[in-house]
Amino acid sequence: MLEIKNLHVSIEGKQILKGLSLSLEAGEVHSIMGPNGSGKSTLAAVLAGRDGYEVTQGRVLYEGRDLLEMDPEERACEGVFLAFQYPVEIPGVGSIQFLNAALNAVRKHRGEEELDALDSLKLFKRKIEALHMRDDLLHRSVNEAFSGGEKKKNEIFQMAVLEPRLAILDETDSGLDIDAMRIVAAGVNALRSSERGFLVITHYQRLLDYIIPDVVHVLVDGRIVRSGDKELALHLEEQGYAWAGERDPVGMASV
Amino acid sequence: MSSNVKVNGLDNYLDSFKRLEYGDRGPAWLRPVRKAAMERSVELGFPTVRDEDWKFTNVAPLAKKSFSPSESGDTVTLDDLAPFVFRGQESARLVFVNGEYVSQLSDSCAQPGGVIACSLAQSLELNQELVKLHLAQYQDYQDDFFSALNTAFVKDGGFVLVPNGSVVEKPIHLIYVTTKTAMPPATFPRNLIIVGELAEAAIVEEYVSFGGDEYFTNTVTEVVAAEGAQVEHYRVERESSRAFNIGTVRVQQARNSNVSCHGVLLGGGLVRNNVHPVLAGEGAECLINGVFMPGGKQHIDNYMRVEHTSPHCNSRQFYNGILKENASGVFSGRIVVHKDAQKTDAKQTNRNLLISDGAQMDSKPQLEIYADDVKCTHGATIGQLDEESIFYLRSRGIPEETARTLLLFGFAAENLDRMKQKPIQHYVVDLVKDWLPHGEILKELG
Repeated sequence: MLEIKNLHVSIEGKQILKGLSLSLEAGEVHSIMGPNGSGKSTLAAVLAGRDGYEVTQGRVLYEGRDLLEMDPEERACEGVFLAFQYPVEIPGVGSIQFLNAALNAVRKHRGEEELDALDSLKLFKRKIEALHMRDDLLHRSVNEAFSGGEKKKNEIFQMAVLEPRLAILDETDSGLDIDAMRIVAAGVNALRSSERGFLVITHYQRLLDYIIPDVVHVLVDGRIVRSGDKELALHLEEQGYAWAGERDPVGMASV
Repeated sequence: MSSNVKVNGLDNYLDSFKRLEYGDRGPAWLRPVRKAAMERSVELGFPTVRDEDWKFTNVAPLAKKSFSPSESGDTVTLDDLAPFVFRGQESARLVFVNGEYVSQLSDSCAQPGGVIACSLAQSLELNQELVKLHLAQYQDYQDDFFSALNTAFVKDGGFVLVPNGSVVEKPIHLIYVTTKTAMPPATFPRNLIIVGELAEAAIVEEYVSFGGDEYFTNTVTEVVAAEGAQVEHYRVERESSRAFNIGTVRVQQARNSNVSCHGVLLGGGLVRNNVHPVLAGEGAECLINGVFMPGGKQHIDNYMRVEHTSPHCNSRQFYNGILKENASGVFSGRIVVHKDAQKTDAKQTNRNLLISDGAQMDSKPQLEIYADDVKCTHGATIGQLDEESIFYLRSRGIPEETARTLLLFGFAAENLDRMKQKPIQHYVVDLVKDWLPHGEILKELG
C-alpha cells in the first residue's frame, strides 16, 4: 500500500530525513517512535503534502502511484488521511459545513453520489455516537476554542467520516488524558480492517498499549534504525532511544 | 474656530438651503437649529486630510461635485423592492426614495403596544414634543461638518418609538433608495430611534441604489436607549460603487442598557461609517460589530468612537475587513474613558485580509483614558489567509479554491454570527456569499 524508499527530505536546506525506507501493507498498523527532532513529524507532513519540504532523494509510492506528485487534496481523495499533531482552529467555518465539503469532495472523487445536508448530518451523528463523543462539536466552528483533547478527538472523528485507506496519526496521543486516549484508540481500533493501513507516530509507548501495532520502527536522526514487533516499543521505554541506535536488540525479529 | 472660512464646495448647498427655505419652514423650533447648523457647516467646511480624523480619507472629490438636496421623489414599485424585503419577517418597513418617505411602499406604521415606526416628517407634526426633546441633542454638530450639514437639511428619515416595557419582536426595516435623477442628488436621512425602559427592538438601516450612480447620502441616526433597553441596530450599505455615503450612528445609553451596532458595508464608492456610542449609565453594555468588504476602487472608512462616561460599563468592538482589487479601507477605533468611568472594560479587535496586491488598509487604535481602574485592550491585524488553515482543509480533500473561499467566508462569518436577528443574518450572509470570489461554491455547500 505504502512504499517509502530511501527518502531524503530537507527544510530550508537542512537535511531532516536521511534515507528513510518503510513498507506498509493494507491491514497493518505500523508505529514510528523516535526522540524529538528525529523527523517523525516531517515524515507525516511530507506524506500529507505540506508545503516547504524539499524531497532531495528517494520516492514514495502509494497504491503503486507516486504520492509526492499529488496535491494534498488529491491525496486525501485517494484515501490518505493525516491526523494533525496540532489541528488548526478555523473560526467562522462551521464544523458541519467543513465536513460536508470534505466528505462530498472525497465521495465525488470516488465516483459516489454526493450526500445532501440531511443525509450527511445523519452520517456525522452516527459516526460521532459510535466514537462515544459529544455531538456539540458539530455545532461549533472547526476546532475553535477546543481543548487539546477535543481537537485530537475531532481528528479521529474526521477520520471516521472520511474512511481513509491509509491513516497517518501524528502524535495524536500527545497531551491526552486517559479518557481521551481511550476514545482515540477505540476510534482507531474500530477502523482497523484488512483494507486499511495505519502509520501511528508517537513519542510514548503508552499509546501502543491501546493500539497494538504489527510493526514498530525506531526513527533516529532521519533514519529508521530498528524495526521489530510491539516488544520493541517496551524495550525502548526501558532502555531509551540511544540504545536502539547502538546494538541489535536481543530477540527482535527483523521485519 | 477657523478664521479662514472655507465656502469651497458649499455654494450649491447654501443656495439650496436658501431657495428651499429650510431656515423658514417646518416647525418653529427646528428653524433656528437648521440655520445654526448651516452656518456651522460653512464655518467648518469640508474636512481635509490634514485633519487627524480624516487622515486616510480624502473627501475632496465629494467637495468638488455639485450635489444638491433632492427635490423630487421617483417612482419605485413594490416589485422593485422585493429583493430587499425580509418576507414576512419585518414588523415595519419604511421606504425613502431620494430622501422622502413613500407611504405606498411602506408598511404598518402603527404597531401594537404603542410602538411607533413612521417617517420623521410625520412625527415632526404628531410627536413634536418628543422629537424636540431628542433631535440633535446627542450628535454634536459643532465640531463635525457632516453632522452639521445633515442637521441643516433635516427633513425626513425614520422615527421609531418603543415605549417602556414594549418588545418589538421582528426587525423594523428602513430602506433608503436613490434613483437616477436629472441632477445627482444629495439626501440627508435623519433617524431618531427612542427605545424606552426595559424595551427591546431591532432596527435595520439599509442604503441601496436603484439606477442612482454618483450621488451623495449624508445620514445621521440618533439612538436613545433608556434604562435596561435592549437595542440592535444594523447598518447595511449596498449602494452603487460611485456613491458617496457619510453616515453617523450616535447612541446614547442609559443605565444597564445593552446596544449592538452592527455594520455590513459592501457598497458605496467613498463610505465613512461613524459609530459613536456614549455609555452614560452604570452597567451599560455596547457591542460594535461588523464586516466591510470593498472591491474595485471603493474606499470604506470605519470611524469608531466609544465613550465611557460611567463606571462598570463594557464595550466590545469586532470589525473584520476583506479588501479586494484596488480597494482601500480604514479602521479608526478610539476608546475614550472619562475620569469617573472606573471599572470600564473595553475591548477592540480589527482584523483585515488583503486578497489582492492592489488593496490597502490603514488601522489605527487610539486609547484615551482618564480613569485609573480600567481594562482596555485593542488588537489589529492586516494580512493574508493563513496557509496552515488552507493546508488543513486541503488535507481533508477540499480543493484549494473551495478552501480559500470557505476561509474568507469564515473570516466574515465570525462577526456575522454575532448578528442575533436571524432574518437579517441570513440576508447578509447571502450578500457576503455573493460578494466573495467563487462565493457560488458556498451556496452549493449549503
